[in-house]
Amino acid sequence: MTAGSAPRSTASSRASRWAVARAPTLLFVAALVVLPLILPNVYYFDVAIRIAINATLAIALNLLIGYTGQISLGHAAFFGLGAYGSAILVAEYHWPPGAALLASAALVGALAYVVARVILRLEGHYLAMATLGLGVIASIALSNEVGLTGGPDGMSVPDFSILGLRVVGEKAWYWVFAATLVAAIVLAGNLVDSPAGRALRALHGSQTAARAVGVEASAFKIRVFVLSATVAAVMGSLYAHYVGFVTPGLAGFPKSVELVTMVVVGGMASIWGSVLGAALFSLAPELLARFEGYETIAFGAILVATMIFLPRGIAPSLGARLWRRDS
Amino acid sequence: MLRVENLTKSFGGVAAVSQVSFDVDEGAVHAVIGPNGAGKTTLFNLITGVYAPSSGSIRLRGEEVAGMTPESLARRGVSRTFQNLQVSMNLSAIENVMLGAHLRLNSSLLAAMARWRGLAARDRAARREAADLLAFVGCGAYLGAEAHAMPYGALKRLEIARALAAEPKLLFLDEPAAGLNHTETDEIEALIGELGRRGVTVMLVEHDMKLVMNVSQHIVVLDYGKKLAEGTPDEVRRNPDVIAAYLGAESAGA
Repeated sequence: MTAGSAPRSTASSRASRWAVARAPTLLFVAALVVLPLILPNVYYFDVAIRIAINATLAIALNLLIGYTGQISLGHAAFFGLGAYGSAILVAEYHWPPGAALLASAALVGALAYVVARVILRLEGHYLAMATLGLGVIASIALSNEVGLTGGPDGMSVPDFSILGLRVVGEKAWYWVFAATLVAAIVLAGNLVDSPAGRALRALHGSQTAARAVGVEASAFKIRVFVLSATVAAVMGSLYAHYVGFVTPGLAGFPKSVELVTMVVVGGMASIWGSVLGAALFSLAPELLARFEGYETIAFGAILVATMIFLPRGIAPSLGARLWRRDS
Repeated sequence: MLRVENLTKSFGGVAAVSQVSFDVDEGAVHAVIGPNGAGKTTLFNLITGVYAPSSGSIRLRGEEVAGMTPESLARRGVSRTFQNLQVSMNLSAIENVMLGAHLRLNSSLLAAMARWRGLAARDRAARREAADLLAFVGCGAYLGAEAHAMPYGALKRLEIARALAAEPKLLFLDEPAAGLNHTETDEIEALIGELGRRGVTVMLVEHDMKLVMNVSQHIVVLDYGKKLAEGTPDEVRRNPDVIAAYLGAESAGA
């Protein structure tokens, strides 16, 4: 090999390394682009949208639970507050939806910061209880502030429009939620594979060791909590505009548990696992609908089976199994 | 570089460390020895910020650091390993070492998500340095290993590599040879000797007397939380109080 060809070969190897590293994401984007051509009607678009929303929420929650090792049983509260923030600002105060989304995200982020400063000093069951309480308080507040939120009946939300461009209908919203999901996958992937992501994961592994090399444990836990809550708020805002109607159930405890289940079953500390978990649990109600009345049992059976046979979650367990077969 | 004065830590009514004073000079290997329960690890935990002292002073280059958090001490160049392993088992071997370089890297979440210019390049440089450190501590064979798949002896050395990645001015090693066999202990001994020659100030707690006597220039002996003696390995070895503490009072007279 001549000296002149060396730099070119490193450049091309860097490009190929990038392609290999990004291959799953690129394939996924291709699938998202092709999908609308296959989906027969708007009902399927709606299902795809719900999967994308849950997947984005699960990825954000996985950063907290799977990567940093901090449980949150109240994450739906941030989703619900984001939804109501946009609903109230746009419907009652006639804010432009884009500004309302940003304002809601900022408010929820600030709330998450204040809450995190207090509760992230707790660990284990105490943290679980505190976040659970937070979620319950949020949904009670949304039910009782009838003047502002319409109470248990909920309130309707005007269409989303930005710079004169209105987003209406499942087919338009599909692209919005596909874009937010891809953004979440790429940004979370970047974060995990970085000094900050390493610090978060190290806190999960050994907080003592991480602190001894200068990782500000509480500061990092607060930051990832705020990040995760803010993403949930943004998704809440978009969801409110998409469905056009919000109810306090959005912030409820069942929704929080559902999100945690997606993370755990899909795979802790696995971004693709979260996508898989979200897909599974968003599709399950549709697929199990024919078992009317028994779907909860089927749901529970899936959960128990996963925990017994794939304790690390679906994606990491299957990934490890395939890897072993390769080598 | 480090001056400990009248350091005391009581747990309830028990003084685990009582009125201990000593100096640590720059660029030497120091050791703290003593029978089980003498307060050695408590002393380490006080100086590295795991516990806050009940009274007394710890000065690092003239600055009072008693009661500071481990994070603040890390920023001042203090690094350590742990008697009971503290390795992040969910990370790979090399990532554990790279974690040591945390304070020298851009650890902003937003910059990480946006792949800020230079962040990835600096992280790759940190990975190369970490690979060198793994080789330096004798863990070159575990370059691509996951931490949870490594044997105990290798994890002990992984901790040293992580501590070194922080480029410490003062390195605390808490029983680096505990649980190791003779060959591994000899390797750790050679490693500590090399660190001393490279100018890292090392402070060591260790039960293996041969290792301590071979690598340290200065030894502090603790017994029942109090300083019993201090000096060069030869002085300590001949000290009747030290012999009494280790072997019983009668042997000292014999």
